[in-house]
Amino acid sequence: MSTAGIIFSNIHDNNIPELTRNRTMASVPFGCRYRLIDFALSNMVNSNINNVSVITHYNYQSLMDHIGSGKDWDLARRSGGIKILPPFIRTTANSANQLYTTRLEALKSVNYAISKITDDYVVLSDCDVICNIDLNDMIKYHKANDADLTMAVKKVNLTKEQAKINVLVDSNSNGEITDVQAYPTNFEGEADINLNIMVMTRQYLQEIVEDSIAHNYTSLTKDIILRGISRKTYRTYRYDGYFACISSSQDYYASSMELIKDKDVRKQLFGVKNRPVYTKVRNSAPTYYSPEAKVTNSLIADGCEIFGEVENSILFRGTKIGKGTKVKNSILFQDTYTGENVVLNCVIADKNVVVRDNKVLSGDETLPFYLAKGKMI
Amino acid sequence: MFKKKECVAMLLAGGQGSRLYALTEKTAKPAVTFGGKYRIIDFPMSNCVNSGIFTVGVLTQYQPLVLNEYIGNGQPWDLDRMNGGVMVLPPYQGKNGADWYKGTANAIYQNLDFIKRYAPDYVLILSGDHIYKMDYNAMLQSHKNSGADCTIAVLEVPLSEASRFGIMVTDDTGRITEFQEKPKNPTSTKASMGIYIFNTKVLEKYLIDDENTPGSSNDFGKNIIPNMLGDGMKMYTFPFEGYWKDVGTISSLWEANMDLLGEKPEFNVHDKKWRIFSRNYAAPPHYVGEDGNVSDSIVSEGCEIYGTVEHSVLSGNVIVEKGAIVKDSVIMSGTVIKSGAVVNYSIIDSNSIVSENAKVGEDKEGAKGIAVIGSGLCVEPNVVIDSEAMINNDAFDGITSIEE
Repeated sequence: MSTAGIIFSNIHDNNIPELTRNRTMASVPFGCRYRLIDFALSNMVNSNINNVSVITHYNYQSLMDHIGSGKDWDLARRSGGIKILPPFIRTTANSANQLYTTRLEALKSVNYAISKITDDYVVLSDCDVICNIDLNDMIKYHKANDADLTMAVKKVNLTKEQAKINVLVDSNSNGEITDVQAYPTNFEGEADINLNIMVMTRQYLQEIVEDSIAHNYTSLTKDIILRGISRKTYRTYRYDGYFACISSSQDYYASSMELIKDKDVRKQLFGVKNRPVYTKVRNSAPTYYSPEAKVTNSLIADGCEIFGEVENSILFRGTKIGKGTKVKNSILFQDTYTGENVVLNCVIADKNVVVRDNKVLSGDETLPFYLAKGKMI
Repeated sequence: MFKKKECVAMLLAGGQGSRLYALTEKTAKPAVTFGGKYRIIDFPMSNCVNSGIFTVGVLTQYQPLVLNEYIGNGQPWDLDRMNGGVMVLPPYQGKNGADWYKGTANAIYQNLDFIKRYAPDYVLILSGDHIYKMDYNAMLQSHKNSGADCTIAVLEVPLSEASRFGIMVTDDTGRITEFQEKPKNPTSTKASMGIYIFNTKVLEKYLIDDENTPGSSNDFGKNIIPNMLGDGMKMYTFPFEGYWKDVGTISSLWEANMDLLGEKPEFNVHDKKWRIFSRNYAAPPHYVGEDGNVSDSIVSEGCEIYGTVEHSVLSGNVIVEKGAIVKDSVIMSGTVIKSGAVVNYSIIDSNSIVSENAKVGEDKEGAKGIAVIGSGLCVEPNVVIDSEAMINNDAFDGITSIEE
């Protein structure tokens, strides 16, 4: 039994326009040293999925830079390994050659690769699934039920606002899917939400992609799953561990802060035995704390130099905090440089931001102050 | 087949490092952890790569498991190459019997075949127990410019310390006129760093001659260099300026770790133009808790700090619990310092535990020396370990082994 993996790298780009201006959702930095795709990739690698395709759209230079040959995930292989699937545009391009917007369209656009998959099963995953899930167990479950499609779901309590951005999955006591509601506008309460991690039998995936091309279907939920519920075997697979996806900038900030607020979240994400989260290796030196440094309740990557105060914050690799500088409730991406006596509160600084001496910047927890990549203040 | 290389590096990594006692019980000295995330061998290996030398033979002998595993296919140093790259060279059984490496020169002699495959013009000999950053390419250029048969890297040392080293006496041009091995009355302050560049043909001849000399100690410093000098070969020094430390003893290893601390550290590993590469394990970022207090220290990935860490170097995945104090110490990966424990002026090897309210070492001012705890050991609750203690197994009172 072998399994291939497919990751959608652009699917939610519009959710956090600031962070995806120059990059794909998949390469959005998260949790000090990771990019969002690291979670989906590590989940696959840790479940012995060694043939992974990443479907891209645009803005994927940063993603290619991050993935490189794939060796940091042990995916630089002679057979299998990692492949980036760029959109397929014919030389006779015309206005009809539009790029996809949905998952199904994405799959259609790379039919050239999907038709060549020979593995028995395929795991399809969004790129912003921040969780540490045992996909092997899910595949086993899929196989034991002889299912065509198995969806990972999680039981959560939804507010009306949250329900609007989720896909709710109803299933009977056997775990058979009975109904799927995409983005209901008037729902509140407990429900299984779709985690956007799916297992499909390979033939079934190939069949629906061919079928969708023939019928010009565009939505996986509406055109395929809802139509197929009575004819096909769809199952839910319940996942109970920590799960976050990024549906807005506030969400991004809140999920990041959860990492420092909750020890259990860190444990469920990073502390699972035999299932580490891999990322690109950067060979930074370990972090240095000066005698005046004062750091509390913060998550800090390698390569930082800390001469000031840091509280409730996340520092990515190579960040420098100057003397007398106070950083609170902030997320500073790779190689952020702060001078002396700077004050930052609720700030998200993108890569290579420089904040000069004595500057004071503050956002709010509900609206963090965002500094774009490479800005100098 | 094999493409010609201008220069092949041979890294002597077979040493036991017996003066590191508990730390080299199960690992060869080059594989001893240093500076949080590094191992000693990362420094010569990274120097090679940064100097454009991509063919490196690593000669191993003593406790090679950890070292071999660490080097692997050389990927962390970009030494997984189609042609060349890193190659681990253990002693082997030959047609005329098997031999351990009898000395540094004999180790290279036994691997002449490896060198010849690449038909290099020059061979660079390195040792795996020094901490420094050096451009070997600059040394190679100097070797070529002077037209030497052999170039030896030297460091200026104070005259008072010169008697601990192999000392080179040179003329104005840097040509070596005399070699004094650990002299009582040194007449020069140029100490050999154990880094040599030889013309391959010359090296080969002297290694073979040395091998055929009965009673030779088969050592570069004791035999090869004096023999070449005696024959009037052209031998030059290459002066090195900068940080260089032999970490052969517990105290020098501790000092070298502490040299990484400070705003302008004596030894800077943050230099992006001369990165020190090392094997990375997938550890999450480190976390400092609400009551955590870290000052003047180096902290690596995967650490969780809820207590106090002062003037110390922490490797990956170290946990310092609430109320625990770590001061003037080097803590290696995976070690846990439980709440209320105090670690002072100590080196604690990997995957050990200092239990609740135990006390290891004494305040640096009053201590006789550095306390050392080997790997995989547990200091039981409330136990006191004296300064200068050398704990390498569970035969000591209050020490138990941790089951894997």
